[in-house]
Amino acid sequence: MVDVALKPRAGRGRGTTTRPRARRGFGRKVLPLVPAVALLIVFLAGPIGYSLYGSLTNTALTGYKAANPDFIGFDNYTELFASPDFWKSVWLTVLFVGASAVIGQNVLGMLLALVSRSAAKPLRAVVGGLVVTAWVLPEIVAAFALYAFFSTDGTLNAVLGWFGIDETTWLISFPMFAVIVANIWRGTAFSMLVYNAALAEVPPEISEAAEIDGAGPVQRFFRITLPMIRRSISTNLMLTTLQTLGVFTLIWVMTGGGPGTNSSTLPVLAYQEAFKFSQVGYGTAIATVTLAVGAIFSIVYIKALKPEVD
Amino acid sequence: MSLVKNVTPAAEAVVAPTRRQRAALASPRRAPSRWISTAALVLIGVAFLVPLAWILLSAFDPAATVGIKIPEDATFDNFSSVFTVDQTLRPLWNSTVISLGTAVITVAVSVLAAYPLSRYQMRFRRSFLYGILFATCLPITAMMVPVYSLFVYLNLLDSVPGTIFFMAATSLPMAIWMTKNFMDSVPISLEEAAWVDGASAMRALVRIVLPLMRPGIAVVFIFVFTMAWGNFFVPFVLLYSPEHQPAAVAIFNFFGTYGSVAYGKLAAFSILYATPVLVLYLLVQKLSGGSFAMAGAVKG
Repeated sequence: MVDVALKPRAGRGRGTTTRPRARRGFGRKVLPLVPAVALLIVFLAGPIGYSLYGSLTNTALTGYKAANPDFIGFDNYTELFASPDFWKSVWLTVLFVGASAVIGQNVLGMLLALVSRSAAKPLRAVVGGLVVTAWVLPEIVAAFALYAFFSTDGTLNAVLGWFGIDETTWLISFPMFAVIVANIWRGTAFSMLVYNAALAEVPPEISEAAEIDGAGPVQRFFRITLPMIRRSISTNLMLTTLQTLGVFTLIWVMTGGGPGTNSSTLPVLAYQEAFKFSQVGYGTAIATVTLAVGAIFSIVYIKALKPEVD
Repeated sequence: MSLVKNVTPAAEAVVAPTRRQRAALASPRRAPSRWISTAALVLIGVAFLVPLAWILLSAFDPAATVGIKIPEDATFDNFSSVFTVDQTLRPLWNSTVISLGTAVITVAVSVLAAYPLSRYQMRFRRSFLYGILFATCLPITAMMVPVYSLFVYLNLLDSVPGTIFFMAATSLPMAIWMTKNFMDSVPISLEEAAWVDGASAMRALVRIVLPLMRPGIAVVFIFVFTMAWGNFFVPFVLLYSPEHQPAAVAIFNFFGTYGSVAYGKLAAFSILYATPVLVLYLLVQKLSGGSFAMAGAVKG
């Protein structure tokens, strides 16, 4: 997802006259696309199709039903929608995405981008570097670092101890709080980079003109800066939402979805159902629902923002 | 959010005299606001530093715990004890094979696909690109359970090439998207000259377009490599024998086995595993700066 910063802005090269004549158009135009399309069909569309079909069977992980599943129609979905565990997981997913991506990463990313503009350059570079390192680090390493941070004997409790606050078993008593903070720590860099770029493109003259007219800094931010970068904000909200929807490793390493299912978001629940309880068909149904939610978000994003494809 | 202020000295100079008084009245507020923004930045910086510092300090501390502390006697013991074939070398080698394989396949396939998408008018071009964009957004990790079933069906479970192809396919939408954007910024006029001289489209792609977009290709390559290197969930589900598992999975198993006793070794392993990615990120920063200069290939 680094491309936000990397996409070259230079003008398109096309638009001039001669180009290879259209004879052998198929060989020139379609043939180069074949490997890509083949890979996408087998390994991307394949699992999606398989997911739709598999969710309608009672596939098990091992044993007879693994090789010869029965077609059971919408039973998995009926069971799923009747299951309190599923709705709990839906709620946890909404909480996780809402608190860590929509609010946490966005607000903190915006704050960092704003504050950095007025801070001393070395400080800005150091803090920006730290935030980006947390994001570039492999997910599992970040997960271990945060696991240690929130452990009962970990750094957080030690720091709180200085202020006379008793030890809390964060990962057991407040697993959602821990994974939400962890995901903010891990993912804020993306929002920060997006907003850094967006704020740099707001012409300072407009804000200055408003200041001359007597607008305070708060007013200037909400009346001028925010409306001018609203496209970046909605793009960023959408992308962070979709990325956070698929987070598995962070939660799996820190809490394993536990205690019980108290931090099982949908991807974690799908994994647990399929590989812990051997209900592959049921797990597949959960995966399909998650995928459908992601697909709806993607379509809304593409429809609403109409990213340029040309 | 009283921290926003981007009034430059030059802007203040053009303010009319009557207003200037007002600016002067407002300016004492600016000093504390700068102070607040510095304090906020330091606080956020410390919050981001602590977990990172824990990894670094623990790696050199033979008696590391989950709490952060300065090692009493810093040594390389943790590094030397994890530096064995089974523990780190083979998993890192597997990571290298999987990530390189994924990146090579992805880049080759996306360069081929991006060329007609960037250069020709086609009826299905727009819908294809929207499809690619849509696929870029899908939460692929949610799909690992059906992918597992599909791999059982295709008899590809625990197969490194199978995993590589799957990872290539999942990074393909993003890679095609990026490659096409980089290719768009290579001016077509150079190719037109080649076409006039009788070069085929493929020859023009290999001899003219690719050399001009080398930094862009490197960025896509490193991007895909990094994603594959850091991927835990896909190999965790698809590869089960230790001889095939990459470092991400090995590190997780190591944690599961010795987790509560060997935090120092875990941290040392983490550093060995994370360093290549951090280096590559810095490289991308350098390269993506260079890619903007490509337009300079055409003059006059």
